[in-house]
Amino acid sequence: MDKNKRSIMTKKESIIASFNKALKNFGVTLPILLGVVLLLGLFKIYVSSELISSVFTGELLGDTALGSMIGSISAGNPITSYIIGGELLKEGVSLFAVTAFIAAWVTVGVIQLPAEAAILGIRFALTRNALSFIFAILVSIATVVTLGVIG
Amino acid sequence: MKSNKKEQTKKRNKNLYYGFSFLGVVIVLHVVLFFFDPENICGSLHASLQIIIQVIPVLILVILIMGIANYFLKPKFVSKHLGAESGVKGWLLAIFIGILSHGPIYVWYPLLKDLNDQGMRTGLVAVFLYNRAIKIPLLPIMIFYFGISFVAILAIYMIIASVLEGIIMGIIEHKTRVRRKDA
Repeated sequence: MDKNKRSIMTKKESIIASFNKALKNFGVTLPILLGVVLLLGLFKIYVSSELISSVFTGELLGDTALGSMIGSISAGNPITSYIIGGELLKEGVSLFAVTAFIAAWVTVGVIQLPAEAAILGIRFALTRNALSFIFAILVSIATVVTLGVIG
Repeated sequence: MKSNKKEQTKKRNKNLYYGFSFLGVVIVLHVVLFFFDPENICGSLHASLQIIIQVIPVLILVILIMGIANYFLKPKFVSKHLGAESGVKGWLLAIFIGILSHGPIYVWYPLLKDLNDQGMRTGLVAVFLYNRAIKIPLLPIMIFYFGISFVAILAIYMIIASVLEGIIMGIIEHKTRVRRKDA
């Protein structure tokens, strides 16, 4: 009985310690996350969809790279990227560029980079984001070409 | 053991210092911009507050998962299912959890750091983060804008890209480790 009680107490202490550790680890990242949220607020106010669509030139490859670049520095709910992407298509921007823009929006995070670098390491964050940027362009080309082949 | 704890505290203090420095720079940026454009800065702060309100439930969920993971997932377990010897199962698990996870990407960093410290492969961390791009609840909206064929093809290529990215990240990590060992 005493042994049982001790085991329950140890389990309880272990659970408390686990959540304590989680809170502590999370607390360390809180200032960075708050900084990122404040930057996102600035982005929401200063970067409009009109501003984004005004950058595209009509050149296929250049626009695809540009789409990936703009998607990389953009942030927010992915729905916003779909809406902007839809508008860009209506304005004659190529599907290659729009796809790269949508893909980079969710896979590359320049605004979140300080948080990612601080928590997961600078090398990891830079390599991952650089690769995601390149993959956004490749995924866009593969998707649109496949779509063209399928019809 | 003691030196390990000391090292962890040092690392934590360094991260805290970096975090507060970054937050300080962002606050200074807001203060400077406020003098030139007070209306938009108030709007920006309001937008940030809305983001915080939206994010709070996910933050709580992540802290809960971190606590549960700390209690149940021991390094040996993480290493077996998401570590070097996890094989195809590890890749599939990272893809699956990445697709299912929701909320902003940055709230997941602390949990991934914990799992990485416990033995999760760096390549799988990248796979998880990449697959967060496929958001099941948002698929109907995406289909509405771009059509079902486009969304299906894009999703398949994104999963393939995530695995390729994970492989490359793994190779880079391995090479860095070998180079460090040689040095």
